[in-house]
This record gives sequence, C-alpha cells and structure tokens, in this order.
Amino acid sequence: MDTAVARVADWWRRVLASDVLHSFRSSRLVMLSAAVAAIYFSGAMLAPWLAPQDPFDLAKLQLLDAFTPPVWMEGGEARFPLGSDNQGRDVLSTIMFGSRVSLLVGVASVLFAMLLGVTLGLISGYVGGSVDAFIMRVADIQLSFPAILIALLIDGMVRLAIPGSRHTELAVLVLILSIGLSFWVQYARTVRGVTMVEKNKEYVLAARVIGVPPALIMLRHVLPNVMGPTLVIATINLATAVITEATLSFLGVGVPPTQPSLGTLIRIGNDFLFSGEWWITIFPGAALAILVLSVNLLGDWLRDALNPKLR
Amino acid sequence: MIAFVIRRLLQSIVVMLTVAFVAFFLFNFVGDPINNMVGQDTSMADRERLRQDLGLNDPFPVRFATFVGNALQGKFGVSYRMAEPVGRLIASRLPATLELSLMAASFALLVGIPMGVYTGLYPKRLSSRFFLTISLIGISLPTFLIGILLILVFAVLLGVLPSFGRGDVVKLGWWSTGFLTASGWKAVVLPAITLGLFQMTLIMRLVRSEMLEVMRTDYIKFARARGLTDRAVHFGHALKNTLVPVITITGLQLGAIIAFAIVTETVFQWPGMGLLFLQSVQFADIPVMATYLILIAFFFVVINLIVDLLYYVVDPRLRIDVQIRAN
Repeated sequence: MDTAVARVADWWRRVLASDVLHSFRSSRLVMLSAAVAAIYFSGAMLAPWLAPQDPFDLAKLQLLDAFTPPVWMEGGEARFPLGSDNQGRDVLSTIMFGSRVSLLVGVASVLFAMLLGVTLGLISGYVGGSVDAFIMRVADIQLSFPAILIALLIDGMVRLAIPGSRHTELAVLVLILSIGLSFWVQYARTVRGVTMVEKNKEYVLAARVIGVPPALIMLRHVLPNVMGPTLVIATINLATAVITEATLSFLGVGVPPTQPSLGTLIRIGNDFLFSGEWWITIFPGAALAILVLSVNLLGDWLRDALNPKLR
Repeated sequence: MIAFVIRRLLQSIVVMLTVAFVAFFLFNFVGDPINNMVGQDTSMADRERLRQDLGLNDPFPVRFATFVGNALQGKFGVSYRMAEPVGRLIASRLPATLELSLMAASFALLVGIPMGVYTGLYPKRLSSRFFLTISLIGISLPTFLIGILLILVFAVLLGVLPSFGRGDVVKLGWWSTGFLTASGWKAVVLPAITLGLFQMTLIMRLVRSEMLEVMRTDYIKFARARGLTDRAVHFGHALKNTLVPVITITGLQLGAIIAFAIVTETVFQWPGMGLLFLQSVQFADIPVMATYLILIAFFFVVINLIVDLLYYVVDPRLRIDVQIRAN
C-alpha cells in the first residue's frame, strides 16, 4: 500500500516538474484552448443532465415554439437562450447533444485508426520483407487520395451492402469505420519508421535471444516506444476527424437526423438561412469552429512540447 | 532518369488498376446488376438470357478485362437513376467542376503567395500577425461552413452575389463555359473563394516559412552586401528559391481541390461532377459512382505523376539519391 502511494506521489512530482507542464503554463493561448476543450468535453458528456431541454423527447416539443429567435433579439424567450429550430427544439440543447455525437464519432474513429495503423505499422516495421512492401504500397495508394473522398466512398459502399432500415441503426458505426479507415496511413508510416529503428536495438535483440515470441516483443517492448509520436498524431487527427464527420453529415451521408451531430444541425439550419432564421445554422457552426480551433491549438502545442528537437 | 520514369508509370498503372478493380467490384458484387436494370415482371428465363448477353456468366478475369477495355474506350454503362449513358452525363458536368477548380486554384495562388511573401518578410508587423490569425481560422473552419458564412454575408445580408448555380453559360461545342457572361463571373466568386480558402492559407503558410528560412541564408546576406535593391533581393533571389515546394504542394492540392469540390458544389448547388457523385451515392447509382471514382483517380494519378517528374527535374538532390541507391 505504502509503495503504491509513494509511486503515485512520485509520478505527480515528476509531472509537476516536467517541461511539458512548464510549457503548458507559459502559454496563455494553450491554457485557454485547454479550458475551452475541457468545457466542451464535459458539456457534451453531461448533456443529458445539463441541457435545458431534451431535444429528442417528442412529447415535450411544441411546434408553436419553432423559430424563436435568440433571447437578446425581439421575440426571444428565456427558455431558448440561443433560439429554437424548425421543430421547436432549443438550439443550445441540440448543440450540446450534437457535440456529444460529434466527439463520440471523432474520438472513436481516431482510436480505430490508431489501433489499425499502429498494428499494421508494427507488423510492417518488425516483419519487413514482402509484408512490409505490400502494406506500404496500399498506404501509398490511399495517401494519394484525400481522406474525405475515401470516407465518402467507404460509406457509399456500406450503404449499398446494407439495406436502408438496418443502415440507420448502424450509421454511427459505419461512419466511425469509414473515417477510421481513411486515417490509418499516418499512424502506420510513423510507427513503421520508429519500429525499424527500435528492432535493431540491444533490448529487442536480447528479448529475441531469450526466446520471447515476436508478437510479445512487438507488444511489450516495441509498442511503448512508439506511443509518443502516435499520441501526438492522434491529437492533431482528432480535429480533422471531427471536421470530416461534420462534412459527411452535412453532405447527408453521415449520422441520421434522429441522432444529429453538429454537421447534421448545420445542414438542417442551412435550409432556413434565406428566410432569416440564421441562428439555427450559425450557432452550431460556431460551436464546431471553436471546438476544432481549440483542439488544433492543443495538438500544435503538444507536438512542439513533446519534440525536443524544436526546443 | 528513364528508370525512374518507367517505375513511376508502372506505379500509376497499378493505382489505376486497383481503382478500376474497386469500381468493378462495386458494379458486380454490391447488389445484383440485373435486378437494377430490369423491372419486377421480367421472367427468370429473360433474366438469365440478359445475364448471358451481358457476359455476367463469364469467368471473373474475363469480366474484369472486359470492364477495363470498355472503360478505356469511354464506355461506362448507363446510369440507373437517369437512364442516360454515364460518359455523356459526366462530360456534361465536367466543365463546371474544372472551371470552378481553376478559379479556386488561381485565387489560392494569387492571394496566398503575396500574403506569404509579406508575412515572411515582415514577421513582426501587426498586419502579418493579423494575416496569420486569419489563416489559422481558415484552416480550422470546415469548407462548408465558410460557404454558408459567405452566403449569409454576400447573398442574404448584402444581396450582391448569387448563392447558387452557374449563372448563364455559353456552349462551345460540348464544353459549356460561364466565363463569357457577367452572371457567370458573378456566380463563380463565392464558390471559388470557398473552395480555394483552405489551399490559400496552406500556400501562405508554406511561402511564409520558406521565406523566413531563405532570408537567413548566406547568399541573401551576400546579395545585400553587394548593394542590390530590396526588390531584387526579395523577388529575384528569395522568392525564386521558395517556389520549388510551392509548385509541388500546389500540384498535389489541385487534386484535393477537385475532390473537395463535392462539398462546395453541394453548398452552392453548382451543377458539377461532385454534386452528381453525391446524388449517385444517395440513390445507389453505381455506374455513376464507379465512373466518377475512375475519373478522379485518373486526375490524381496524372497530377501526381507530373508533380513527381517536376520534382525530379527541379531538385538535383533527388537525382543523386536515386543514383546512390542504384549503386
């Protein structure tokens, strides 16, 4: 027990004295974006308890409430701080629930891309030979197309393979898979590079000599050494994944309207832009932009902070 | 050099064949192509005859070879949704997308390079910081959001520019152009800015960092010591040396522009290939999807090939690298 406490205390002492924390505290912009990101994540996760209204409870929605402007404009009501949309849903609540879907898809697809990319990168770098050549050629081919096109294509193919009603249930999963599949290459390339360096180091050779099976060497010995760069890519990737999800949903091939993400909300609101109800689309849009911007800034900072060459 | 070109060409052909295979796979194995073509009341015997006539009973490699052969002759089948040959359908949409992409790329270059040079030469000025902040926002905002904001400001609030369509077009043979009418020019402004903004910020940041790097080098100091004017140093010596990576990135981004046109065309209801593709995804119109895919892949491969060759011509280090590996 004492040792566990001591270990935790020791870990904290190391964190508090680290360069990373110092560089975090020395930049106001980074601290601001970290705060914004934290507010977003907690707001999205706690949406069912924090949101003023449950936008999916049809019993509580009143069509008479539709198109209420934001509270500071003429005709605004305190019940709808940012106004209401065409179905009488509170825009603030739909944004909170929408961020939830956006973040869920973003994080899950980054994790999936990471899992796939790191696995293939490890195998490619460690095994080498024709396996390596094959994986890297596939990566090269995929890399020459933009991720959004790949995601759109995979989504379209799955849509064809699965009949319509089933597709609505699986839409979120399909979206996660298609975005994940369009982002794995970056991880695979980076991990492969690091693995090729690590596998010739003495600790790996020693593990081989005492007869540790290759899979175990990759997992226990090489993997911890490739996690640093991987996590940096993941942070930067998160913003891109959120944008990709929003774009696909905006195009109408992403999540179904019953589970709106920020992109879906913007698409719904876009129809009312010309009739003057700008708040239905502009507020979700601003929410998306601020989220992406803060995650981007955090990713940039993390990349610089963890890279000793830049200091 | 020749070995490099041949290897690169072979790689391109492999990419094209892979994409053709995916398209072929879509055609034949996702859903039943016969079901997609005939009505409910077609008898089993008729279906079987059609299957035989279309060669769907042939062995797999034969069918793939036929598919590639047809694609090479521009025969891509008939759209399920519009009952028109896909080749003609795409050809009628191609000019709209290419003109939009051309305008977007010109916007990105003509605005991005000067802004990059300016912020690179005077990094401490307030206006430079302002441009940099703008560019960070440009990178963080998704394309469709930029489009919506532009529509809100210039079409809804100010009412000075149209928010959808191409305006009046003039037919030149099979090519329809919007560049010959005033309304065509007006219509292209907002979509082109929307599509080009991300590329513009990218080019601006690239030129900026290259300029910062070049301005520190000895030959710039030497040029100054020789007493050359600022203009000669900045544009004759510095800018020239930043342009190599800019050319490469621009080439690669040209493909991205054509692909991202899908989003811009949806926002502005621009009657191009991207809009056609998106509609075909929603209606499961496989021939159109497959053809678009092959065409885009072809654009990408050609652009990548040209960029790689340009790179090889421009950058002497690459040539040496290849020679070392050959020995």
